[in-house]
Amino acid sequence: MIQNLRLSSSPHVKDPTTTRRIMLLVIAALVPSAAASILFFGYYSGILMLTGTISAIAAEAIAEILRKRGLKSLTDGSAALTGLLLSFNLPASVPIWVPVIGAFVSIWFGKMVFGGLGHNIFNPALIGRAFLVAAYPTLMTASWISPVLTNSTASGFINDKLRTNIESVVSSEELDAMTSATPLGLLKDARRVLSNPASTDLQKDKARGSIQTLYSWETIKNMFLGNTGGSLGETSALLLLIGGLFLCALKIVNWRMPFSFIGVVFILTWLIGGTNGFFSGNPFFSVVSGGLMLGAFFMATDMVTSPMTDKGQILFGLCAGFLVVIIRTYGGYPEGVCYSILIMNAFTPLIDRFIRPKKFGIQEVK
Amino acid sequence: MRKLTFKGGIHPPEKKELSENESIIEFPVRPEISVPLLQQLGAPSKPLVKKGDPVKKGQMIGEAQGFISANVHSPVSGKVKDVDYTNHPVTGRGISVTILTESNNTPTSDDYFKAEDPEKLSPQEIADIAKNSGIVGMGGASFPTHVKLIPPKGKNYESLILNGAECEPYLTADYRLMLEKPEKILLGAKLMMKACLAKKTFIAIESNKPEAVREWEKLTSGEDWIELKVMKTKYPQGAEKQLINAITGKEVPSGGLPVDVGVLVQNVGTAAALYDAVYSGEPLIKRVTTVTGAVKRRANLLVPVGTYVSDIIEFLGGYLGEPGKVIFGGPMMGVSQRTDGVPVIKSTSGILVLSKTESTEKPQTNCIRCSRCVTVCPIGLMPYEIAARSETGDLETAGSVGALDCIECGSCSFICPARRDLVQLIRLAKNKIIAKKKRGAQK
Repeated sequence: MIQNLRLSSSPHVKDPTTTRRIMLLVIAALVPSAAASILFFGYYSGILMLTGTISAIAAEAIAEILRKRGLKSLTDGSAALTGLLLSFNLPASVPIWVPVIGAFVSIWFGKMVFGGLGHNIFNPALIGRAFLVAAYPTLMTASWISPVLTNSTASGFINDKLRTNIESVVSSEELDAMTSATPLGLLKDARRVLSNPASTDLQKDKARGSIQTLYSWETIKNMFLGNTGGSLGETSALLLLIGGLFLCALKIVNWRMPFSFIGVVFILTWLIGGTNGFFSGNPFFSVVSGGLMLGAFFMATDMVTSPMTDKGQILFGLCAGFLVVIIRTYGGYPEGVCYSILIMNAFTPLIDRFIRPKKFGIQEVK
Repeated sequence: MRKLTFKGGIHPPEKKELSENESIIEFPVRPEISVPLLQQLGAPSKPLVKKGDPVKKGQMIGEAQGFISANVHSPVSGKVKDVDYTNHPVTGRGISVTILTESNNTPTSDDYFKAEDPEKLSPQEIADIAKNSGIVGMGGASFPTHVKLIPPKGKNYESLILNGAECEPYLTADYRLMLEKPEKILLGAKLMMKACLAKKTFIAIESNKPEAVREWEKLTSGEDWIELKVMKTKYPQGAEKQLINAITGKEVPSGGLPVDVGVLVQNVGTAAALYDAVYSGEPLIKRVTTVTGAVKRRANLLVPVGTYVSDIIEFLGGYLGEPGKVIFGGPMMGVSQRTDGVPVIKSTSGILVLSKTESTEKPQTNCIRCSRCVTVCPIGLMPYEIAARSETGDLETAGSVGALDCIECGSCSFICPARRDLVQLIRLAKNKIIAKKKRGAQK
C-alpha cells in the first residue's frame, strides 16, 4: 500500500499555455516589424529597440528587488514586451537615452506602482510614450527620419514632393526641426493651412495639392508596405497586420478588438472627411497611417488593460476608434491612437462591470 | 448527423486511446474488501451488521437513512471483520464494513428478489426496486436514483436523457459498456422511461466514440421511443445542465433542477445497473471502472464495490514508475487520494494514476486578465472575479456574481495561463457560503 500520494483539488491537468508563452508569442509576432524597421531606418533603430527592451527588464528587476519579491517575475517576458512596444513608438533618430527613460517610466509608473503584472490600469508602454511626448515634445514629434530606402523611386518621389509642398506652408524655424515628416503630420499641417483664414490662396492650393498627394494610391501603397516616415515599428502596416492576424489565429488577440477599432476608423474618417466636408476623407489612408495597426493589434489588445468579454472588446474598439478619428480630425495632435487607448483603458473596469456574459439559467427579462 | 453542443468549454487531451480497446474484464474478488456506508450523495447509510456477523452476497448491510440516501449491499459472502472508520475515497475517513471473503457464489437468498414480469412493473415498483437495490447515479455524483426517478408533485418529465457523453479525459468505462452491454442499457432505459413517465428518450454520445455511435445508430433505428444524439467532443459536454441545453435547447434555471425543464438525466451505467436489479435481482454491488494512466496494464474492469485500489493495481502488474497521484474519476473532476488503500465505491468511474512529473504543479502567478476563463465557462460566469473575491474573503460579492451557480467543471483552472487555482477558490467560496447559510438557518 502506498501512502502520502500527492493530494490536490481537481482539475489535475492543465493547458500547456502559460503567461510566458503568451508574452513570447506576442514578441514573436512583432519580430517581422522590428526587422523591417532595421531595414528601413538602419541599424540604429535596432540598437534603440534593444536598449528599450533591456531597460524595461532592468527597471522591473530593480523594482522587484526593492519590493523584496525576487526576480521570478522577470521570466514571464512581460517586461521585455513592454520595452519592445515602447521602442516601437519612438522616432528612429531619438538619442539613446530616450528609450531608457521611457522604459523606466513604463515599468515603474505604468506597471509596478500598481502592483506589477496584471494590476495596472493603463498600458505601460503607452504610459511611457505619453510621458516622453510630454517631456520631450520636439524629440518625440520631430525626429522622424525618412526610410533609408528613400532613394528608391516611389518613396523618394513622395518624400521630395511632400517636402516641397510642406516647405511652402510651414515657417522656416519649424522646418529646421524637421528632418522628415509623417504622413499624418503633413495632413494635419495642410489642414491647418486650409482652415486658417490668414492663409493665402497660393498656400491653400499647395495644401490641397499636398492632401491630394497623401491620398494617392502611390502614397498609401508605400505606407502600407512601410516605406514612409514614422515611429520605428509603426511604419509597415502590412507586417503589423501579418503579426496581428497571427495572434488572432492563436486566439491570443481577440479579433473583435482590432477589427472593430480599425473598422470604425475606416468608416468614420470617410464619413467626417475633414476640411472638405463630409464623405471626403480617405479611409484607406487613415487605416495604414500612424500607429493604428500597432495600436489596434498590439496595444489596445493588451489583456491586462482591455475588457474581459467579447462584447466589451468590441465596445472598447469602437470607442477607441471613434476617439482616434476625433483627435486626428479635430485635435491638436496629428495622431491620437496612444491617447485613445489610454482613455479607453480607464473605462475598462466600468465596461467589465456592466458588460457581462449571459449567465446560464438566468432568463433575460423580456 | 449534426453534432450538438453548448457554449464555452475546453478541449483537454482525450487520452482515451490508452484504454478504449480493452474489453471489460471481470475482476476477481479479493480476500478482504471494505464497503463504505457512504457511497451516495446525501446521508450515510445505517449499518445493519456488526463485527463477526456472517454476510451473504447481495445482503443489505447498510440501510438508507432519510430521504436522500441509499442502501448498501455486500458484494461477497463472508464474515464481517469490522465496522469502523477507514479510508474513504471522497470524505477521507468514513465508516466502512470490512468483510473477509468466503465465496463469490451468487446465493439463493431472499435478498435476490427477481421481478417476475419486468414488463408489467408500475412506475412506483420500478422506483422501489431501484431504492432496494441501492442504485445511485454512476456518472460520478452518485445521487440516489430512486429519488429522481419519480417526478416531484406538480412537476413532470418530458424526456429522459441517457448520458453516454463520457466527456472526462481518460475514462472509457461507459464507452465499453455501451459497446459490450447495449441491451442492458436499452432495457434499463425502457424501465426508467416507464418510471419517470417521459415521452421520449435520448441517448447522448460524444463524437469521439465512433464505434459506439455506429452501434447505437443500429440499436435505435426503427425505435420511436429512443433517439441517438451525437454530441460534439468538448468538455464538459456530459455535465447535466450542458447536456440538457445541447439536446433540448432549454436552460435549467439558476438554482433549479433538471426536472424544472422536464428532463431526467441518467448515466448509461445507471441504466445498466437498473436492468441488473430488475432482471436478475442483483443489487448494485459492482461497477465498470477504467484503470488507466501510469499503470503497467490499462483496463476496463467490472469491480466489486469495496475492492482496494492497491489490489487492482497489483492485478494489473503494478505502477508504471513512481506514482504521483491516484485519482478517483477523471482528471478534470476526479478526487485525488492520499493512499491506494482506499476501496472502489459505486461512483468510481475510473482510477487514474498520474506519474510524479504529471503531478507537479507550476506556481501560480498574477492574473493577466486574458479572459480565457470567461470564454470557457459553460455557465457564463467570470471565474477570475469570483476567485479574487474568494481570496480576499468577500463572500457576499462572490455570491452575488454567481459563485453558487458554478458547476465546478474546472475548465477555468485548466485554461488559466497564470496557473491560478480558479475553480478551487470558487469551490471554497461556495462551501463557505453554503455553510454560512446553514448556520443562519439553525439560528
